[in-house]
Amino acid sequence: MTALPGGIVARLEVSGLQVKRGGRPVLEGIGFTLEPGEALAVTGRNGAGKSTLLRAVAGLVPREAGRIDWTSEDVPLVEATHYFGHLDALKPTLSTADNLALWSKVAGRPGLSAIEALEAVGLDHLEDLPAAYLSAGQRRRVAFARLLLVRRPLWLLDEPTAALDIAAEATFGALLADHIAAGGLALVATHRPLPVAARTLAIGAR
Amino acid sequence: MGFLLALAGRTARLSLGAGGGAFTGLVFFLSVVAVVPFGVGPDLPLLSRIAPAMLWIAALLATLLGLDRLFQDDRDDGSLDQLLLSGQPLELIVLAKAAGHWLATGLPLVIGAPLFGLMLGAGGEAIALVTLTLLIGTPALTFIGAIGAALITAMRRGGLIVAVLVLPFTIPVLIFGVSAVGAAASGQGPATPLMILAALTLASSVAGPIAAAAALRAALD
Repeated sequence: MTALPGGIVARLEVSGLQVKRGGRPVLEGIGFTLEPGEALAVTGRNGAGKSTLLRAVAGLVPREAGRIDWTSEDVPLVEATHYFGHLDALKPTLSTADNLALWSKVAGRPGLSAIEALEAVGLDHLEDLPAAYLSAGQRRRVAFARLLLVRRPLWLLDEPTAALDIAAEATFGALLADHIAAGGLALVATHRPLPVAARTLAIGAR
Repeated sequence: MGFLLALAGRTARLSLGAGGGAFTGLVFFLSVVAVVPFGVGPDLPLLSRIAPAMLWIAALLATLLGLDRLFQDDRDDGSLDQLLLSGQPLELIVLAKAAGHWLATGLPLVIGAPLFGLMLGAGGEAIALVTLTLLIGTPALTFIGAIGAALITAMRRGGLIVAVLVLPFTIPVLIFGVSAVGAAASGQGPATPLMILAALTLASSVAGPIAAAAALRAALD
């Protein structure tokens, strides 16, 4: 275990993870470790179980077998995790800033304000716009801004660059690099090369 | 704590906003009350005698009708995942959501009850008591209904099934809500039914969130 400048001392260790969905084993014998300042890219073809792996680590899917050990001096895994899935968790009738307001109050060390977070993803000019009028890429960017509101060490990102344009992809890359540089951990399901140095965990479909 | 208050406020705002359904419940309440005189006929003494019961049944149905989307919207748009990771116990999250839902859907029924009581020709004391019993009792309906709403989140289609599931469990609330008015009319004093009604609300405010949270956890996949 290593301490980094960001003050995060934490380690994620997964071993022998088995998850079934609809009675069918999707993941079997998955194991990896993740240290502070490290990113792990999860690759595999469609249906290989990348999303299921991320949801299992977040505790959003029950696991059949295996261990998920989170070693940290201050926070339990559930309060240390930002999950960025396929669903954007945006309410269409609320403005983008109002959508983010709730998520700035979750457990964790305070980060950016809603406006600053929208600025970081380049959408601060749309703070008053109801989320219903956002494009697919803009929705992803607002959802990503949520990760900046409260500082949590472990980011679980499920195809984070889907629907993003090239500029937004670069913005995302810079934000992920900042997170890693500050001693954060990231588990990223992706089909594209990550903008930061990362090990790769290939999982196969069966 | 700040998170739970914000969640309750947001639930209320979403329910009151466009497509939220809070006003549908109030309009439904009004519709039922408006239809009763046509069915019963122009017999004012009869109408004023059954007014408390009609108000309670209308409020019960109006409450149940609005419950089906309580958790399903959050599940469909991914908010439920984020709520589970918020660091708050799921039971308190359910409690906050139910409280917010009641503020938007239950409280308007309580506020509208005096006016609708007048439409049914109820007396002053009966109107005051029905309004009081609705204020004490409708939170119980929402807390019990939250269990049904949580049970159907895993199903792709909910709709009226929540009302069918939940209706039998709300009957004690209905009985003591109406009997408080009846007891006052017969000179016994409404204190005992009112206290039982308050007990039902307090008990359901604990049992409802616990059961609903268990149902939501069982539906995780």
